[in-house]
Amino acid sequence: MKYNKNHRFGMVIDLDKCTGCGSCMVACMAENNVPFRKDESNKLLSITWMRVFRLTNGEPFPKTDICYLPRPCMQCAGQHEGHSPCVSVCPATATDYGIETGIVSQIYTRCFGCRYCMASCPYHSRYFNWWDPIWPTGMEKYLSPNVSPRMRGVVEKCSFCYHRYQLAKEKAFMEKRRELKESEYQTACAQACPANAITFGDLNNPDHAVHRMVNPDPKHGGRPKNPHAVRLLERLGTNPKVYYLSSRNWIRQAGDNHLKNEAKIKKPVHHG
Amino acid sequence: MDSALIPKGVKRCPLWQFLLFIGAVGIVLLWGVYAMLLCWFKGLNQTNMNDYYGFALWIWADLAVIAVGGGAFFTGLLRYIFGKDVLKNIINYAVLIGFICYSSALLILAIDIGQPLRGWFIFWHANVHSMLTEVAFCLSCYFGVLTIEYLPLILENRQIEKVPFFHHLSHNMHEVMAVFAATGAFLSFFHQGSLGGVAGVLFGRPFAYREGVFIWPWTFFLFTWSAAACGPCFTILVTKITETITRKKLVKDNAIELLAKISGWMILTYIIAKTMSMWYWATVTAPSKGFTLMEFYSNNPLYGIWIVVAEILICGFVPAFILITKKGRKNPLTLWIAVILAVIGVCLNRWVMVLQVMAVPVMTFDHWAMYYPSWQEVATTILPVAYGVILIAISYRYLPVFPNEAELNPIEPVAEEATAVESPVELEEDLKPAEA
Repeated sequence: MKYNKNHRFGMVIDLDKCTGCGSCMVACMAENNVPFRKDESNKLLSITWMRVFRLTNGEPFPKTDICYLPRPCMQCAGQHEGHSPCVSVCPATATDYGIETGIVSQIYTRCFGCRYCMASCPYHSRYFNWWDPIWPTGMEKYLSPNVSPRMRGVVEKCSFCYHRYQLAKEKAFMEKRRELKESEYQTACAQACPANAITFGDLNNPDHAVHRMVNPDPKHGGRPKNPHAVRLLERLGTNPKVYYLSSRNWIRQAGDNHLKNEAKIKKPVHHG
Repeated sequence: MDSALIPKGVKRCPLWQFLLFIGAVGIVLLWGVYAMLLCWFKGLNQTNMNDYYGFALWIWADLAVIAVGGGAFFTGLLRYIFGKDVLKNIINYAVLIGFICYSSALLILAIDIGQPLRGWFIFWHANVHSMLTEVAFCLSCYFGVLTIEYLPLILENRQIEKVPFFHHLSHNMHEVMAVFAATGAFLSFFHQGSLGGVAGVLFGRPFAYREGVFIWPWTFFLFTWSAAACGPCFTILVTKITETITRKKLVKDNAIELLAKISGWMILTYIIAKTMSMWYWATVTAPSKGFTLMEFYSNNPLYGIWIVVAEILICGFVPAFILITKKGRKNPLTLWIAVILAVIGVCLNRWVMVLQVMAVPVMTFDHWAMYYPSWQEVATTILPVAYGVILIAISYRYLPVFPNEAELNPIEPVAEEATAVESPVELEEDLKPAEA
């Protein structure tokens, strides 16, 4: 079957399966050398490339319902491929959009810390290094050699474990292959999820699970044709590559803002 | 002791009094410098900014000083390009205030970035699609223009002017000043506009996002317009404050009144355009993203609809109506009220477009983010104010900033005797008013 040669790597998260265990967050931090401090209680200052939000439907018992929503970087494509909210504003081209992969990169050694990209991101997926990373004694030996640690004063964010893509490409090259198998490039969070709630792959490839799950519409920036799939803040035109599946209507409604005459449900409430 | 440096025909306070004043303000300046060094050496963890509030007090201060510093380019435009000669009596001061504002803005930016040593990356790795890149280029160039405009005034110091080269240089620079005024107006149009564009292009932030013409959101034009409208009000305000402190009349009423009148009409047209833009945003743009107007102004402890009333009605229409009426701008009290309100109005607008943008939740399960600055942020924000006061004090004492000062404040004959005993007073016949 013919398909676009450029990849559009994306993620599908089944919110009906997510238990909120946080394995994805832990795996992400370990994989990507995400720095941490002794006190991580202030979530406005701690770095979590993958963050799990806890939502409730705001209804009293017994109608109360809960949902855990993991939020990585949405790798937005924007209205036209590459016009992501953050990429378009970065004054030093320190964040870039990979046309070949659809992944938004962050060049730590070029970022000078103006934080304009953070201001532009409605998902709060970008984090600033307010402090120098300090690892507990001995832990520096356990850092991943494939991911460069970041210095104080620069912005960082989820990269869809891009180093894994590079390693897989190198392996394929050595084996004289041009294409990667679906299983060869998987993110740490997708592999760590015990409930198999996170699926990762190429949205352009009809053979990949992510494509089959959401059936993205290329004529509308990848909007899902699957009625049970939504993207966060679809109306803003950011065209993210992270999709959420749920059979529950209130959760799908929580994905975007609606006027009163458009949705007759209460706004979801976020806890913690 | 320093009488040889003081312009002819004017009177200044004794040197000890001047030094005492500089020393007092200098302490505030040092406090700011200490906070600045803390931020540079320890990092931005010295601030109360966080991952929701990536833009905070400094960016507001930056936008505010650039807006009120707009008096320099607009007064220069009126004086040199539109030929409003009467403004020659205030143009020096407008340039000085603009120089202070823009140097302060650059200093604040240098403190605000996480990796100050990489600040030059904005020029080297420039992303031409970013409004901030345009701001950096135009801001730096315009600061150069302001330096060129300020330089002749320095060269007119009594002692420096004695050097023939400096005397001729100053004279020749005056001759070509119209070129720099035009350049300054051109650059200002773009960087003031780009600062508006910084917020207006944020399509991920429905509170900030505005539609517009081609690549420019409406905020691009509104920021330029408001800076041109309210900048002269800041020039008038600082002039009035200087007159109050020195207990002298320094600028003739006709210059102030003309500037106030033009400013009044500019504010009126701006605030009408602003109201229309806001109306369209509230009824078309925001609803298309799933938001109603009141969602941006409720469920939080600070940002209520009062802020719209304060910005548009009280600090917009009120000063505009005062300044466009002859009675209003001729009455000292109403003139004071009008210029203060106009300056507050433009600063409030910048606050809304920076701080409130960061505070408003976008995701449905997100929450309002509140922020208050740390003392280091406050100190580094006051630092440029102290620096500005010191530079004004030094310039006022040693440079012919106000060409009409000697004429408006003739020195009594007894002062002639004082010149013999080291008094900073010169004979009136030696008077040679300066003009930028």
